[in-house]
Amino acid sequence: MIPELGHFCLIVALLVALVQAFYGLVGAQRGVAAWIGAVRAAARTQALFAILAFAALAFSFYRNDFSVLYVAQNSYSGMPWYYRIAAVWGDHEGSMLLWITTLGLWTLAVTFFSRRLPDEMVARVLGVLGLVSFGFLAFTLFTSDPFVRILPAPSEGNGLNSLLQDPGMASHPPMLYMGYVGFSVAYAFAMAALLAGRLDSAWARWTRPWTTAAWAFLTLGIVLGSWWAYTVLGWGGWWFWDPVENASFMPWLAGAALIHSLAVTEKRGAFRSWTALLAIITFSLSLIGTFLVRSGVLSSVHAFAVAPRRGIYILTFLVVVIGASLLLYAWRAPRVGMGGRFAVVSREAMLLVNNVVFITATGAVLLGTLYPLIMQALNLGKITVGAPYFNAVFAPVIAPVLFLIGVGPIARWKQETVLTLAQRLKWAALVAVIAGLLFPFAMGRWKPLVALGLIAAAWILASGWVNFRRRIALQGASGMGWRRFRVPRAYAGMLIAHAGVGIFVFGLTLVSAYSVEHDVKLAPGDTTMLAGYALRFEGTRPASGPDYTAQRGTIVVSRNGRAVTTLHPEKRVYIATGTPVTTAAISYGLRGDVYAALGDDVGNGAWTARLYHKPFVEWMWLGWVVMAIGGFIAISDKRYRIRVKAHVATALSPAPNPRPAPQPRAVGLHEGSAT
Amino acid sequence: MNRFADHRPAAHRWNARRRRLVWILAVFGCFGVAVALIVNATRNNLVFFYSPTQVAERQAPYGRTFRIGGLVQMGSLHHEGDGVDIRFVVTDTAHSIPVVYHGVLPDMFEQGKGVVAQGRLGANGVFQADQVLAKHDADYMPPDAASALQAARATKSNAVARGGGG
Repeated sequence: MIPELGHFCLIVALLVALVQAFYGLVGAQRGVAAWIGAVRAAARTQALFAILAFAALAFSFYRNDFSVLYVAQNSYSGMPWYYRIAAVWGDHEGSMLLWITTLGLWTLAVTFFSRRLPDEMVARVLGVLGLVSFGFLAFTLFTSDPFVRILPAPSEGNGLNSLLQDPGMASHPPMLYMGYVGFSVAYAFAMAALLAGRLDSAWARWTRPWTTAAWAFLTLGIVLGSWWAYTVLGWGGWWFWDPVENASFMPWLAGAALIHSLAVTEKRGAFRSWTALLAIITFSLSLIGTFLVRSGVLSSVHAFAVAPRRGIYILTFLVVVIGASLLLYAWRAPRVGMGGRFAVVSREAMLLVNNVVFITATGAVLLGTLYPLIMQALNLGKITVGAPYFNAVFAPVIAPVLFLIGVGPIARWKQETVLTLAQRLKWAALVAVIAGLLFPFAMGRWKPLVALGLIAAAWILASGWVNFRRRIALQGASGMGWRRFRVPRAYAGMLIAHAGVGIFVFGLTLVSAYSVEHDVKLAPGDTTMLAGYALRFEGTRPASGPDYTAQRGTIVVSRNGRAVTTLHPEKRVYIATGTPVTTAAISYGLRGDVYAALGDDVGNGAWTARLYHKPFVEWMWLGWVVMAIGGFIAISDKRYRIRVKAHVATALSPAPNPRPAPQPRAVGLHEGSAT
Repeated sequence: MNRFADHRPAAHRWNARRRRLVWILAVFGCFGVAVALIVNATRNNLVFFYSPTQVAERQAPYGRTFRIGGLVQMGSLHHEGDGVDIRFVVTDTAHSIPVVYHGVLPDMFEQGKGVVAQGRLGANGVFQADQVLAKHDADYMPPDAASALQAARATKSNAVARGGGG
């Protein structure tokens, strides 16, 4: 009964999505007030039914209803309830339903947080979102229905892939989808603005918080995935340039470009067409990412042959969405002006370089990801594009951005001189160079690339500090004590996110250069030295968990004769699937992780093992989390909640700004294009 | 708002066309660098895949990294004295190649199951692997390994692997 209800909810959502799209787009185009007024209700209904459908499937998993084929394929009654729920998105069908549900959540958010926007704009945005929902609902219902019954019902399910039974599985996909799907809001805003023929500063201002929110969620999603790979899947690696990872990284890069381009469009009215195009690109990459991962094409082009209808639908959907968006763009974009002019040395110019670099990097990743598929499809041989390609291309391409992070935010809009910048940043540069040159000595061996990486990290942090100090000084002593340090949240978020990049580069440089990896055989009582730590193996004992049995090893870690910690790496065998899984034991620390994983039993109680020391590895994830936090702080800025009318007033006359800022950041669009 | 005014003499100002030219050149320069990097990287870092039969027919390059795939021959797995020097044989049922590897094998590595190894072919005909892949669940086979088997015994349909996976 419940699965049928879920199926019914999906059908209702599909129909309501059509209504939502029609009322929104046609209503706004024709100016029918009644239709425009009905769009919010339609969107909420659609979202509600999508969420109900998801709840129905989750409930079937919870209740171990193996008469539902998808449940029988991906669950097993011995799994703890939280992994049974996580199994909802363990495979293709449920992932699509998660996509739809996430889109429902974002749609709901748009209906609630758009009261200050013109009704017509909201109608168009919800209309576009309705079309996207319709596409995904139709795909799910017609090619990937998760509610199909199986008769007779099996008494037990197949179980979830044991590698997926991890907290990472519970958190990583939903967070990632929050990011992917969130870009559909930015996309919908761009399409709405193109349809209305008004790509202006107001549009950019409305889009910014949504884009930043989606990007911050995607950042967290990527961190969780990387962390999961590190602890479970990856034998100590944290990024493999695997096609599945690239699929999430490409929208992240394009989204980062979009965030910066939106800043220029909002503040200066420039890059408008480009910003709209970026919104389309970012969303398209999200779509491609979702489908690439879930359709199985990545492991083999022939996966399409397994479910040809699915493949054809996906390709058609991509072509229609991307093609129609670009057509609309080509038709509408040239009508809007170019915006304010700027000099070769100016904040706009640096943000432009930022965009060029990010898009180039995205293109390089896209090429490396799709190249094997193209080769295979054309029968030109089977190839792999591995990490060496991506490292060789990505690092030099992205490097200029690390320098510009320090300069861009401190440069003035429109016109800046190199001399002023040099004067403002000389101390930051000096500190960065000294820190970068000296720090590697503390690690034992001095390497030129390490020094370079650390200079970049220190430069980002030091220039951020200089920027902050300058801001405070310019604000004047407007309060006592801590109040002096109060800055707008959008600005604080920007500084924090940039500091996150610095922290990430710091961790990345050190862990890449100074990791120690030993693959050894350990007999009980053996001691191995690893980067100053002594690791004593005490043998293994049988152990068991809710749905697995294991061999549990004990490794005592000490340093200079003092016990540091005890590690318990496990070799598990999951009962339902019979698959072995290595569960590594990691001693986390800010100065580095000690990592131990069991390999094979080689007789007489001896095991092969991987023993790693990963210096400063945690800083990488910390950096990404700080980036996401910066994003969330930025969207909490008050100015995104200023009423539309108030905004128009400030744009016309700069005086009555609620928070007078000494920086030229409050410049409205009219001034920007008046040159 | 005269803080935005351009204080330099008019003669020094960049006119619009020249400025646009600079931007276009800069953008193209950046893309040019990227293309150069990509071309260079693809020349050195693309890893091709060969089946044991292709290796036996000397189609695979010596002294260059490539991948082989097939089944781990039953009974061929040996741990050397230190446990982490490993020997096994990869076969596509028509031909087989001995492989040596230093390290810990992945969870899914099993005799009689599919495997992909990446490394170089030594002059002695032994494949020196620096990476061994046997991912995913028990009934999943790496697609490369599957296609090698398929090619070797096109008639037997039971060797066809299930696609997809994670």
